[in-house]
Amino acid sequence: ITRGHQNKLFLTLQNRTRIPPCVYIGHKEPPPGAEAYIPQRYPDNRIVSSKYTFWNFIPKNLFEQFRRIANFYFLVIFLVQLIIDTPTSPVTSGLPLFFVITVTAIKQGYEDWLRHKADCSINECPVDVVQQGKVVRTQSHKLRVGDVVMVREDETFPCDLILLSSSRHDGTCYVTTASLDGESSHKTYYAVPDTMAFRTEQEVDSLHATIECEQPQPDLYKFVGRINIYKDKEEPVARPLGAENLLLRGATLKNTQHIYGTVAVYTGMETKMALNYQSKSQKRSAVEKSMNAFLIVYLCILISKAVINTVLKYAWQCPNISFTYSLYCTFLDTFSLLQVIRAFTDFLAFMVLFNYIIPVSMYVTVEMQKFLGSYFITWDEEMFDEELGEGAQVNTSDLNEELGQVEYVFTDKTGTLTENNMEFIECCVDGNVYIPHSSGAEETDESCEHEDLFFRALCLCHTVQVKEEETVDGIKRGIHQGRPTSFYISSSPDEVALVEGMKRLGYTYLRLKDNHMEILNKDDEIERFELLHVLNFDSVRRRMSVIVKSSSGEYLLFCKGADSSIFPRVVSGKVEQVKARVEQNAVEGLRTLCVAYKRLSTSEYEEACHHLTEAKLALQDREQRLAQAYDIIERDFVLLGATAVEDRLQEKAADTIESLHKAGMKVWVLTGDKMETAAATCYASKLFRRSTQILELTKKRTEEQSLHDVLFELNRTVLRQPHGHTRTEQDSNFDCLDFGLIIDGATLSAVLKPNQEGAAHGNYREIFLEICRNCSAVLCCRMAPLQKAQIVKLIKASKEHPITLAIGDGANDVSMILEAHVGIGIMGKEGRQAARNSDYAIPKFKHLKKMLLVHGHYYYIRIAELVQYFFYKNVCFIFPQFLYQFFCGFSQQPLYDTAYLTLYNISFTSLPILLYSLVEQHVTIETLKREPSLYRDIAKNSLLRWPVFLYWTCLGVFDAVIFFFGAYFLFDNTTFTSNGQMFGNWTFGTLVFTVLVFTVTLKLALDTHHWTWINHFVIWGSLLFYVIFSLLWGGIIWPFLNYQRMYYVFMQMLSSGPAWLSIILLITVSLLPDVIKKVLCRAMCPTATERAQVGFALKWRLYKAAFFTPK
Amino acid sequence: MMASTYNAKDEDGHITVAGPGGGTLRSRKPENTAFKQQRLPAWQPILTAGTVLPAFFVIGLIFIPIGIGLYVTSNNIKEFEIDYTGVDMSSPCFNCSQNFSWNSTRPCTCSIPFYLDQPYESNVFMYYGLSNFYQNHRRYVKSRDDSQLNGDSEALTKPSKECEPYAFHDNKPIAPCGAIANSMFNDSLELFYNDPNGTKVQIHLMKTGIAWWTDKHVKFRNPGGNNPNLTVAFQGTTKPVNWRKPVYELDSDQENDGFINEDFIVWMRTAALPTFRKLYRIIQKKKDMVLTLPRGNYTLEVVYNYPVRSFEGRKRMILSTISWMGGKNPFLGIAYITVGSVCFFLGVVLLIIHHKYGNRNNSADISN
Repeated sequence: ITRGHQNKLFLTLQNRTRIPPCVYIGHKEPPPGAEAYIPQRYPDNRIVSSKYTFWNFIPKNLFEQFRRIANFYFLVIFLVQLIIDTPTSPVTSGLPLFFVITVTAIKQGYEDWLRHKADCSINECPVDVVQQGKVVRTQSHKLRVGDVVMVREDETFPCDLILLSSSRHDGTCYVTTASLDGESSHKTYYAVPDTMAFRTEQEVDSLHATIECEQPQPDLYKFVGRINIYKDKEEPVARPLGAENLLLRGATLKNTQHIYGTVAVYTGMETKMALNYQSKSQKRSAVEKSMNAFLIVYLCILISKAVINTVLKYAWQCPNISFTYSLYCTFLDTFSLLQVIRAFTDFLAFMVLFNYIIPVSMYVTVEMQKFLGSYFITWDEEMFDEELGEGAQVNTSDLNEELGQVEYVFTDKTGTLTENNMEFIECCVDGNVYIPHSSGAEETDESCEHEDLFFRALCLCHTVQVKEEETVDGIKRGIHQGRPTSFYISSSPDEVALVEGMKRLGYTYLRLKDNHMEILNKDDEIERFELLHVLNFDSVRRRMSVIVKSSSGEYLLFCKGADSSIFPRVVSGKVEQVKARVEQNAVEGLRTLCVAYKRLSTSEYEEACHHLTEAKLALQDREQRLAQAYDIIERDFVLLGATAVEDRLQEKAADTIESLHKAGMKVWVLTGDKMETAAATCYASKLFRRSTQILELTKKRTEEQSLHDVLFELNRTVLRQPHGHTRTEQDSNFDCLDFGLIIDGATLSAVLKPNQEGAAHGNYREIFLEICRNCSAVLCCRMAPLQKAQIVKLIKASKEHPITLAIGDGANDVSMILEAHVGIGIMGKEGRQAARNSDYAIPKFKHLKKMLLVHGHYYYIRIAELVQYFFYKNVCFIFPQFLYQFFCGFSQQPLYDTAYLTLYNISFTSLPILLYSLVEQHVTIETLKREPSLYRDIAKNSLLRWPVFLYWTCLGVFDAVIFFFGAYFLFDNTTFTSNGQMFGNWTFGTLVFTVLVFTVTLKLALDTHHWTWINHFVIWGSLLFYVIFSLLWGGIIWPFLNYQRMYYVFMQMLSSGPAWLSIILLITVSLLPDVIKKVLCRAMCPTATERAQVGFALKWRLYKAAFFTPK
Repeated sequence: MMASTYNAKDEDGHITVAGPGGGTLRSRKPENTAFKQQRLPAWQPILTAGTVLPAFFVIGLIFIPIGIGLYVTSNNIKEFEIDYTGVDMSSPCFNCSQNFSWNSTRPCTCSIPFYLDQPYESNVFMYYGLSNFYQNHRRYVKSRDDSQLNGDSEALTKPSKECEPYAFHDNKPIAPCGAIANSMFNDSLELFYNDPNGTKVQIHLMKTGIAWWTDKHVKFRNPGGNNPNLTVAFQGTTKPVNWRKPVYELDSDQENDGFINEDFIVWMRTAALPTFRKLYRIIQKKKDMVLTLPRGNYTLEVVYNYPVRSFEGRKRMILSTISWMGGKNPFLGIAYITVGSVCFFLGVVLLIIHHKYGNRNNSADISN
């Protein structure tokens, strides 16, 4: 590897640490000169996606696993058991921990092995490298920075390459980046102009050049570099390199025979692809947060239990020395260090005894529930889109339940609410309207200069590609026959719609060949324009321009863009007429664009050229410099006209929004579109109803009044509605006045600007939020992508901390998708970036309804029950043990046998709750879809709030008390059998445990509303398993055990009548309060969900009656 | 291709889950099975006042009779209890309880007269009861070696370390080792019927059948297999510190000697609570006599060996008859009656609620 940095060239750089790396093509050093280079080391082209090697797997994996707080907790418990004399053997906590750790390690090891295999096959795939003028085949991982690589058609690039030359004469090549960002459209990449003429290996090998480029960074669409080409002792020629020159690893070459590329800086783990797959930041759900809070409560309970027992042991029990344990108390006569240590060991022993209250299995179950549960989303047939051939996709299963908690929905407009299937409707030139397929076109036949220019402008000012189905020569013929064998592709559907619209109006864009754009005009003549510069579209400028040279040698600049970005730059033209038309179209919900042009003199052109080249060559701040250059060039336009394109609403978009409203969610539309267009869409999609009172907070308004006044006035308007009234409004949205807010980007940034006029006016934010809170729908238009994220962040941080959901389809929505609690991507036409960065991806907006109202609702109630039930069953499990300490001299004697302690959470009670949390449906899917308002029942984490948690915990304590004292009074000083024989402490424990297992399982059965055959199988099966296990466990003298305490205990217990009777009695009593609570709550104050359940049952009964009576 | 492999990358050892939806699942229509579409046929019960009502009445109607039956049975059981600890000066065993040590050679005896005001029919079970004795103390419970008790010859000479500090004595292994065995109850109780004509008739006490059959025949085995000579089998071991005689001299009967001595087995089954009773002897009903124990005066003769005063314990002797549901225990019957009545009462309350609220709800639903 030969690399270095050339001090001379980087004198302008301020920041020394960011000196870009430099590549010597073909490993040839630059001609001896001023450049002194320091060789730098760069990674080879080996891709390492695996995390572990054979040697470090065990230590590294263990370290990673024990970094988890829960695993660490169990490890500590296990170690304590190993070290001190504890009531339960280390096996009881070691076994589950070992199981969990092993399963995880095996899973991760297997995945890593797969990764190793994949890495291997990637690293060893053959690559053609040009060396000494010959093509040599080598393995991918042997590639070095600076190698010249030859890639053939349909091959994947082995690393990030700079395109030197292509087999196509114009030095372009087509590439699909489907595996990187999912966009299957072909993208054009350009060779460096100075090297694009190379045809053979020898020629390529003779190249003498260096490449400088920025440090590796993950943005797929950004690259800044420069190539210096040395020709025979001349001064090197510097050429800019941009993203259009960089072929990314993972992309595939299409429609091009072969290319020569040089390995750019980025090989191996530095390629953009590798950088992109680094793990994303993890979002955590609200349920997880409350689960952690509960855990802390339980940890406190655990510690206080241990403390209470330790204190009591020493304060109360030891003075009354009983001879059985006098042995262990004799040291306590004097206060000493030994005593402190002794007390501390006792404390630890109690901790170990009660540690099951925080079960390791809960984590496993929750993870499994999330993982397995998320399959129901991907399996859902209703969320499958035939057209796309894809169903919903789950990118993270951590947030399933968050889908049931959404309070704010932020949606993009284009492509999300609307189809993003653009259709050209009309255009207007100087106020004359042209509509394709109507006589309108002919009517205005008076050939005015502007009309010609307008159509040419639309034919030239775009980045549409023509995709041929036949070879290059085939196009012309195809189009001449009137059967276009070619179609247009572009990243922007608007452009396609415009170019196609032009075609219908008689001007056909044919192709771009040798930098000349060819247009077939109305008279079937081919016009050729030399394409000199493309000033690309960006969402900040909201316009794009091209500079072309017509065949007559004229320099023309065509620009099209949003009206707001064009009108201020127009100096002449029929502005008023066009503006009127644009506004009219916008009100109808059409997307409008304005077209303007400017003639450039040769000197002006050269100046523009100079600006652009300078900016493009810059290595630092290139973006900014380009923006400045564009700003200088794009001014003093002559307005030509405007276009209107229709974007139809997505199927059922209105229905979905209405459902979301009824479900109590607030829907905000965030769009970059014009206010009028966006408002029209909002009305069409029923976001705003006719009755909605629209509040405007726009630039237009703040120009008249100060922002301060406007805000306060709006606030007054909103608050004038009495508060009691807003309550009822929730139920009857229709007859009540509700508010809709429209705000634009400029005003928003003014509102959010911190402390502009001192502290007194600093809280615009609060007033703004207050207004928003009282509006059922908000429309934010003219938003920059970053502003979308800002809004989401603002709402997220407001004092209620609502759960937000962002949904969008384009690259401009990625920031808000990443910001929101739940990000949903729509697999849209504008590429896959949104879907790739989202947590869930769905094909269409309408699927959001099922996603939230059905899946989200189910996941939430399932996981809420899972969490509560887990804590409940462990209170039931451990609390009797706590009570038992009072009757065994605080000696940490476990109530249950070791096997029961270990298996309780692992097998006796694990499956029913796991299954419940996978398949429970408290109401049917249809009901949930029909009645979106049921979603309100679970809003604000209602099933995991502290009162509910307290109820479950109290229920657990009550049950535990029943189990323990029930058994206590039955056992108290009496015989249990008909042969007079006595039972011991293990029978006592087994009796409590049997009641416990049955009660806890039956409690879940009472909570189950959806009994499929699997539920029956698992619930009754796990009870049966408990019985069979106990029979087996007590039926044999187990040779490997050093104690036989359970021998025949279970059978002896079952052989006694009173034991049966008391088991039945205790189970009944334990379940009674919960049943009564359920019945009373349902009868006295039923929730909407409960009404829906009854409603369903009644209908079902009626249906059944109707079905059976005729017989 | 890389994309799918990276998906599975874990962050920090969570059992995280990349989520489904890798490359292969795409572009395939999900299967339309009832399970995958969450449309499995299901029974959807709802707990309403209406559906729960009958259950409450049924529970009430079943539980109350059971409870009454249990209560009556329990009341028919005769039980007699006498505390012979000797705490009071007046108690006949006061002297014995005073000068006590485990190793006193001269046995102390005392006899306590008592009067049974009811005749005892059928088999009578004689228990000894101890109070404030924490047989369920953790270190006590585990201080035993089940392998040794199961006749394992290796464990006989090398007792488990759980038995410490009662594993070795004078460098000889203790058989049976451990604190439980060491503290075995060693009072002997005998019962005499004072005939109205003045003669003292000793009542035959059966000392077998008091331990679980499985314990006696499977769990507890003497070492040396069927070797009838227990003295040889236990050679090389020493008796527990507190015992007066070695384990092979517990009984003259070969079938009740050594580890399979039933008194020993009963003691080894540790009690659940600090106040407990253990079966001591059985007084079998004689064929010719109607009454096992007629009404009258009796004397309990105690060989007072077992010290309880050090931990303020109490010793009792209990005579009890047994029914199908065991000994006297009014709790179960009362509990059944209470729960049954509560259920019945709740049933009535729910009936009222159902009438008051039920119709309202249903009508509201139907109108929906």
